[in-house]
Amino acid sequence: MEQSWRQAKNAFAALGVPPVAWLIFFFMIPLAVVWAYSFGTNAGPTEIDLTGTFANYGRSLQPLYFDIFVKSSIVAGLTTLLCLIVGFPVALAIAFAGPRTKTWLLLLIMLPFWTNLLIRTYALIAVLREQGYVNFTAEWFWNNASGLMTAVGLQPLGDFHPMTLLYNNAAVVIGLVYVHLPFMVLPLYAALDRMDRSLMEASLDLGAGHLRTIWSVVVPLAAPGIASGVLITFIPALGAYLTPDLLGGTDSQMIANVIERQFKRANDWPFGAALSFLLMYLTFIAIAIQAVVQRRGAKVGAA
Amino acid sequence: MSIAEPVATIERAPPKREKPGPLEYLRRWPLQAIVGATLIFLYAPLITLMAFSFNTSRRNIVWEGFTLDWYGRAMNDDSLVQAFVNSLTIALICTIVSVILGAMSAVLLWRFRFPGKTALEGSLALPIVVPEICMGVAMLVFFARIFPWPTGMPWPLNLGAITIAHISFSFPFVTTVVRARLASFNRELEEAAKDLGADEWRTFWDVLVPHMMPGLVSGALLAFTLSLDDFVITFFTAGPDTITFPVKVYSMLRFSVTPEVNAASTILIVVTVLFTALGLQLQSQAEKQKPKP
Repeated sequence: MEQSWRQAKNAFAALGVPPVAWLIFFFMIPLAVVWAYSFGTNAGPTEIDLTGTFANYGRSLQPLYFDIFVKSSIVAGLTTLLCLIVGFPVALAIAFAGPRTKTWLLLLIMLPFWTNLLIRTYALIAVLREQGYVNFTAEWFWNNASGLMTAVGLQPLGDFHPMTLLYNNAAVVIGLVYVHLPFMVLPLYAALDRMDRSLMEASLDLGAGHLRTIWSVVVPLAAPGIASGVLITFIPALGAYLTPDLLGGTDSQMIANVIERQFKRANDWPFGAALSFLLMYLTFIAIAIQAVVQRRGAKVGAA
Repeated sequence: MSIAEPVATIERAPPKREKPGPLEYLRRWPLQAIVGATLIFLYAPLITLMAFSFNTSRRNIVWEGFTLDWYGRAMNDDSLVQAFVNSLTIALICTIVSVILGAMSAVLLWRFRFPGKTALEGSLALPIVVPEICMGVAMLVFFARIFPWPTGMPWPLNLGAITIAHISFSFPFVTTVVRARLASFNRELEEAAKDLGADEWRTFWDVLVPHMMPGLVSGALLAFTLSLDDFVITFFTAGPDTITFPVKVYSMLRFSVTPEVNAASTILIVVTVLFTALGLQLQSQAEKQKPKP
């Protein structure tokens, strides 16, 4: 049973003051300052007047910036969807593997997650660029197919032109999937692992096929895990900076890149602050939606 | 069928040819193919990166021969070594402070009822969910306008701003992990210690801390990797003399891609994997040492 703080005021203060003070001073105040700046105007190279204007938010909604918000949401949404499509079967296979295999597979999925994000993104560049492995493999198949076609008396395919896999939107999505896949697999695995398997056996015994069982039994039961996997993938993907910066082209900027530009190169802090807070509100909206879905799921489960 | 079932479960290692059981999804080829492809997708780039750090060719394209040259160059690159030392120093300080703050807040939330508890829980969740870029700019503004970190401080004090930023986003993770661990604590043990004459402090150290230990270890591991991994927030708080390893690698990438970057990255990957393995080992030891009831 929890104790009332009045019963041990000294212990309460000793435990509470350092973390709370840290959180307020080194987290809340910095965010509050950014929030205040989002209602300010530039008054000089380093001065910002807190005029209480909404002009920065107004500017954020102009088509140029609004489109970037829409685009970032689409890219993050697509990333989440792809992670779900790939991650679900992987999580299913891990959840139903033997105990030893399971430990190893989980470790293998988690290991890249412990590796530096920048290094992983850099590693992907070497694979995707024009003289990278994907193109080498494609060239090999192309040349073999070409040789085969000459052998059977058809026109050869002509020279192989390497595909441009980098510096475009597709590269950003591939990169984001690459980086966020473990985020999706782990919560899905956790949900599938604690699921009541007898329900699946019942479904199979009653004549449903595997796909049908997965679709009408496993997916509804794992819904809370799916919802948290989706959220945990969507939020960092939405605010991704490094992946679009390194893998994207000039037109693949996401919100985070625009924010960075306002703070570093364009030196327009109030506008950057407004964009940051809009991104934060979007994140909170995503969390709220997830909470509602989760609650509804719990109600359905209880009924 | 129902008579045959128990027999199937008793049989420990079914012969290879046998059809996979209804729920043995890993023994079905479509899933094996997906798992295999996913692992290739996850590992091929990393293995390629590591392999080419040993390549004699300057261009990361064709394998020409084995060399350790790039490692030599990376080791002799003073700014790279400095960045590496900075990163490890920051990660170490961040881990220590985060574990202390995280453990304190976890015990606070676990032990006490107090007004504003929900608000505190919510605020502690914020650094976990707020996008990195927002936290990065917040730290930039904070250290530029509100609390300028004195420049020209001797090493490692000049790393203060980055370290503070890292602690701010790491310690709430420790709180979450330790709190989850505390949920399994039997409060009667604490009462027993007090009945037997231990004071508040003694009870905390001899009863509560040993129980928290696995949580503290995994929290420390998490804080260490989060700090070592962070690029975005550091990018906004780092000054010209306070470069961390990821920031340094980023600027090298912008400038030119040489196998030296591969060598440096390989070192970091190996260091991280070793620390993780050590941490997991410590964690399982701490769990085993749990006093038997």
